[in-house]
Amino acid sequence: MTVNTPIYMDYQSTTPMDPRVLEAMLPYFTNLFGHPSSRNHSFGWAAEQAVDAAREQVAELIGASAKEVIFTSGGTEAINLAIKGVADMYAEKGRHMVVAVTDSRPVQDVVKHLVRERGFEVTELKVDKEGRVSADDVRAALRPDTVLVSVMMANNEIGTVQDMAAIGKVAKEAGVIFFTDATEAVGKVPVDVQAMGIDLLALTGHKIYGPKGVGALYVRRKNPRVRLSAQIDGGGHERGMRSGTLNVPGVAGLGKAAELCRTEMAAESVRIAALRDRLEAGILAALDEVSVNGSRSHRLPHNLNISFAYVEGESMLMGLKEVALASGSACTTATLEPSYVIRALGVSEELAHSSLRFSIGRFTTAEEVEFVIGRVVETITRLREMSPLYEMAKEGIDLSQVHWSAH
Amino acid sequence: MAYSDKVLDHYNNPRNMGSFGKEEDGVGTGIVGAPECGDVMKLQVKINDDGIIEDAKFKTFGCGSAIASSSLATEWLKGRTVDQALAIKNTDIVEELNLPPVKIHCSVLAEDAIKAAVNDFLNRSGKPTQAVGDGSAS
Repeated sequence: MTVNTPIYMDYQSTTPMDPRVLEAMLPYFTNLFGHPSSRNHSFGWAAEQAVDAAREQVAELIGASAKEVIFTSGGTEAINLAIKGVADMYAEKGRHMVVAVTDSRPVQDVVKHLVRERGFEVTELKVDKEGRVSADDVRAALRPDTVLVSVMMANNEIGTVQDMAAIGKVAKEAGVIFFTDATEAVGKVPVDVQAMGIDLLALTGHKIYGPKGVGALYVRRKNPRVRLSAQIDGGGHERGMRSGTLNVPGVAGLGKAAELCRTEMAAESVRIAALRDRLEAGILAALDEVSVNGSRSHRLPHNLNISFAYVEGESMLMGLKEVALASGSACTTATLEPSYVIRALGVSEELAHSSLRFSIGRFTTAEEVEFVIGRVVETITRLREMSPLYEMAKEGIDLSQVHWSAH
Repeated sequence: MAYSDKVLDHYNNPRNMGSFGKEEDGVGTGIVGAPECGDVMKLQVKINDDGIIEDAKFKTFGCGSAIASSSLATEWLKGRTVDQALAIKNTDIVEELNLPPVKIHCSVLAEDAIKAAVNDFLNRSGKPTQAVGDGSAS
C-alpha cells in the first residue's frame, strides 16, 4: 500500500481546487481581463458573459434563478450582507432574531454585533443530541418583532444536516425571513431553495473545490421579495446590494465548481460516504470508548467527528502528524474553549477536548483511508497508555465522582 | 502551532512513563488538573530512606506541551532530595522546553504535580507537608 503523506482530511476547512475549475478561470486573468460593467466594448462583454454564465451555474445548483444570485468575496461576507442587510432593512418591524446554537462562528459573531451595537434580541435554538433543530422550537421562538430565522443547513464540525423544509415552512407561515449558512451543504447534498422555503442562502467557493475569495448570497425575489440594505456602497453593482468590481476569474471558477458539483454529486456522494463509513467502521472496530458526535442518519457524506475518551485532541493531532485533521479541543481553537458545537449536543467538556474531525472529499482514496485507520489506532493506543484517566477508568474508578480542582 | 524540538522529543520519547503502586513504600502520588480543562497529570516519586528521589513516573492526559512538561519533570526529579524537588519552578520548565505563553499553564501544572507528589509522600510517612498550589485533585 503506497500513500503520499501528508494526507489531507480537512476538507471541511477548505477543499483543494479542482483542476477543471482552474482551467475555467485562467482566461479571465489574462486575455479576457475586461470589467463586466464595461458595456461598450468586447473586453467588457466577454467578462459579463462569464459572470452571467457563472450566475446561472450557481443558481442551478440550488434551484434558484440567476437574478437571485449576488456574488461576494466569500461566505463570511455573504453572511454579513444577509443578516445585517435584513437588520437594517426591516428595522421598523423589529429587532429580534432566532438563531441555532450550532450556527457557524460568522453567524454568531454578526448576531452578537447586532445585540451589542444595535439593541437586538436573540433567541437561541437548542439542538438535540444529534445536533438537530426542531421546527416546533422555531415556531415557539417566533415573536411579532422577529425579523430573521437563521439555521445553518449542515454543520461544519459534526456534519449534521437540518430538516430545512420543515423549518422553512414554519418561517413562511409566520412571514419571517429564513436565512441559512449553507457553506458546508451546497455541492455536497441536494439543495433546493424552493422546496426548503429558504429566503437567503450563503455559499462559498473554497468549500466546493472552487477558489478562495469568492462566494455568493441567494436573495429570494418572489414570495416574498426579500430586500437588503447594502453593506458596501459604491458603483451599485450586483443590483445595488454589493458594490465593487467583480472578481471575474473567481466568479468564473465558482460557477464551474458549482456545475461540477451539480453534475457529479449523485455519484460522488455515494463514493465519499462509502469511504467515510469505512473510516468510521475501521476505527470503531479497533478501539473501545470512542463515540461518534452528531447524527448517523442526517449527516454530510464526507464528515466524521469522533471523541476518543481519555485522550486530548491536540496530543492526537501531534501524533497524527502525517494527517491533516481538526479537533474540538480547546488547545486547537482560537478561543481556547472546547468546541461549542460539540458542547451543544450535551457532550461533556472532557469529550469535546477529545474530539477529532475527519473530513474527506473528492480526491480522497481508499488507500488513504486504510492508512489513516492504522495511524489513528496506533496513536490513540499509545496516548491511552500514557493517560492517567484511561488507567483510572480501567481500574473501575468513576471519573465523574473524582473531585477535580480546575486550574 | 510549531512545537520546539524538545517538546517533540519528550512527546515522541516520553521519559519515565508509567505508574508505581500508590500504596508501595516510599511512593508519593500527585494528580493535578481536571478532565474538563483538557489536562490531568499524574506524577509519582519513589523516595528512599535517605530522602532521595530514586525514581519518578508520570502519566498525562493533555496536549503535547503538558506531556513534555511532566516527562521533563520526572527526569529532573531523579536524584534530588525532597527540598530540591520542591525548588523546581514552572519557569525552569518553560525555559527548558521553550514553551509559548499559551502553554505556560502546562508548566504550572507540572510544578503543582511535583509538589502534590512530594507532599503525598510526606503525608504518608507522617512528616509535615509543604504548601502546595491549588491544582491538586483529591
